[in-house]
Amino acid sequence: MDFDALLLSRLQFAFTIGFHIIFPSFTIGLASFLAVLEGLWLFTKKPQFKNLYLFWVKIFALSFGMGVVSGVVMSYQFGTNWSVFATQVGSVIGPLLGYEVLTAFFLEASFLGIMLFGWKRVGPGLHFASTCIVAVGTLVSAFWIIAANSWMQTPQGFTHAADGTMVATDFAQVIFNSSMPTRFVHMVIAAYLTTAMVVAGASGFALLAGRPKRESGTSLRMAILMMAIVAPIQIMAGHESGLVAHEHQPAKVAALEGWWTTRAAQPTVLIGVPNEQAQRNDLSVSVPGLGSAVNNIAPDVTVQGLDSFAPADRPPVFIVFWAFRIMVAMGLAMVALGLWGAVNWLLGRADRAKWYQRALVLAAPSGFIAVLAGWVLAEVGRQPYVVYGVLRTADAVAPVAASSVATSLLAFIVAYAIVFSAGALYILRLIAKGPDSDEPEPKSNEPPGSPLGAAIREA
Amino acid sequence: MDLPMIWAGLIAVAVFVYVVLDGFDLGIGILFPFAKDSKERDQMQAAIAPVWDGNETWLVLGGGGLFAAFPKAYAALMPAVYFPIILMLIALIFRGVAFEFRAHGRNRGKTFWTAAFAGGSLAAAIAQGFVLGAFVQGVRVENGGFLGGAFDWLTPFSILVALSLVAGYALLGGCWLVFKAQGALYERARNWVKVVAVLTALAMGAVSLGTLGVDPRVTARWGLSMTHIEWGEFIKLAPLPLLAVLVCFSLWRRWKGQPLILPYLLAVALFAIGYAGLAVSLWPYIVPFALTPADAAAADNALAFLLWGAAPLLPLILAYSAYVYWLFRAKVDPDASYH
Repeated sequence: MDFDALLLSRLQFAFTIGFHIIFPSFTIGLASFLAVLEGLWLFTKKPQFKNLYLFWVKIFALSFGMGVVSGVVMSYQFGTNWSVFATQVGSVIGPLLGYEVLTAFFLEASFLGIMLFGWKRVGPGLHFASTCIVAVGTLVSAFWIIAANSWMQTPQGFTHAADGTMVATDFAQVIFNSSMPTRFVHMVIAAYLTTAMVVAGASGFALLAGRPKRESGTSLRMAILMMAIVAPIQIMAGHESGLVAHEHQPAKVAALEGWWTTRAAQPTVLIGVPNEQAQRNDLSVSVPGLGSAVNNIAPDVTVQGLDSFAPADRPPVFIVFWAFRIMVAMGLAMVALGLWGAVNWLLGRADRAKWYQRALVLAAPSGFIAVLAGWVLAEVGRQPYVVYGVLRTADAVAPVAASSVATSLLAFIVAYAIVFSAGALYILRLIAKGPDSDEPEPKSNEPPGSPLGAAIREA
Repeated sequence: MDLPMIWAGLIAVAVFVYVVLDGFDLGIGILFPFAKDSKERDQMQAAIAPVWDGNETWLVLGGGGLFAAFPKAYAALMPAVYFPIILMLIALIFRGVAFEFRAHGRNRGKTFWTAAFAGGSLAAAIAQGFVLGAFVQGVRVENGGFLGGAFDWLTPFSILVALSLVAGYALLGGCWLVFKAQGALYERARNWVKVVAVLTALAMGAVSLGTLGVDPRVTARWGLSMTHIEWGEFIKLAPLPLLAVLVCFSLWRRWKGQPLILPYLLAVALFAIGYAGLAVSLWPYIVPFALTPADAAAADNALAFLLWGAAPLLPLILAYSAYVYWLFRAKVDPDASYH
């Protein structure tokens, strides 16, 4: 493998976007969670909702900041490292990213200021409205970026202009491309579940540590509700997304399923080691015929395996195969934890179920793992194309020297290691401390409950 | 007017709004090391904390807008200024997270994030100066792609531009503090403005002369050449440098009058003059001396589609941004950040 500008640029993009996606997938859910908490507080006046809001908003402020700064990187990397891609597709998905800035980023950034610092400057209604606007902004942002990415997976509504670049023929088709609706639903639910797993883990930790039961018990139940209802829906949404992928990206599905040969009644490979040289799975355990059934295909219909595609047109099978299994395993674990939690709740022992709470602490990062695995599956599964079937990744890279990209990649690794380990430390410190049972309201334009705010109260 | 020119105008406005808004919060970072103590630095951050994120979004609009409206300009420019852009992005990461992290850090952590905020702000300003310098110098483009070397951007001229942008941002930052700070910090900010106004004036003068030298077309635009002055051309444009001198003088005289926002507005005027001077020099290029907006534009239907959104949304964005500024218009409480 040559460490040329192409490979290094791919590594750099994977690294920077991998770090970035962690934060939006957490803050999309957290923003909605905060809106619900603040709404419940305004509506019921129960103090635990206020205390939970003031606790989680600190974590939101930290995470959102990291999401913003790692996101700015993305908007410039298309040019610095993928300038040919930018030229080729700018007229098609450029406007989608433009709309993301105009409809979402400004909204989030401006009302975040009110949400974090406007506590004493606006009334409770307007503050609640700001929280809601930020939450909506995160969803609008997800809509546009998923639309753009889905177009790269299932491109439609475009043609080639005289100069060889792509131009849209119908922007409605570009935005609402075949894979966009299912992938948008799948991603938003993933974000909600990611947040629910963190909230559940933090609540479980607080209860295990003997912290105030009222707050942590409430947030635990909210997380269980989310898991129990939404995790099964997510399995269905993922399934729908898989069906769309099978229709439009058969090579991706063949890779994630581990189907090497074209045949009828494909199996479901539960586990195995894809062997690209021998074109088979080593050490595999599989259920014959189930793969076709799961993909809603009649048992007598021939289904394409990887041998239907030239080796140069296949994605890297091992990565796609395992990313899929990791994602599914996390999803199933969430379904199980949701059911287990629901049972504990119905038996009235959610606050005392120590083993359940320990499991939740362990599962707190499961959402992040699932999201990352899912995106690896989506993006690596699209290879060797950057726009599926239209533009190869190798043809999209910028005319930048390998030494330049190696330098920048190293700089990103060092910078992200420092920034994100510090961020993780501060978030974990907050979670270890847990919500106060009487989180005082902030008295100034400091972020509610920030160390500065805390100092003001003590002064 | 055709779509590429409308979009070139909109992106030029977005970049200008970015420069004068994020300029003051980067400037406050640049002035961070000169504050008396941690308490003053808390006030300096509090003066920008609610608005910095919105300010930085204009940079995303600049980058995203260039990608959407002028993909060929974006593709030609970004690889040409690869290292300055990467430096800017990493610097913005450090100074961006420092707002929250500085408040969460304990002893060493707080010291580190204080340094990261100052260093990140300074490095971002320098990097943006390099980008601007490289842009003004012109970019080697062939067949739509960048064809120069990895360090083409690094010249005495771009170093000069970087230094003057640091001075200019510090001026914006100092003026913003005059507007937002009270007590000792307010007095200190007044002094900073006085010093930085002189530095900015000198730097702007040097950059102006340097710009005349980057390309004969620019020199001719101003009615100048090595041997004589075309007075007819020069007189039409001479008010720009004269106005700049006047504004710098006013800032140096420590404008005492109300409203206190006035020094900041003067600094914005100074940037507007410099911006207009650049526009005059580089017209009609979007990638100087290589691509015009028409050469680099996206397909007309893409420009139209995005314009349908931008036409109602940009005024709305300006309106709610203004509302947030109005909401946080009060002076920063000197005790607000006591701890």
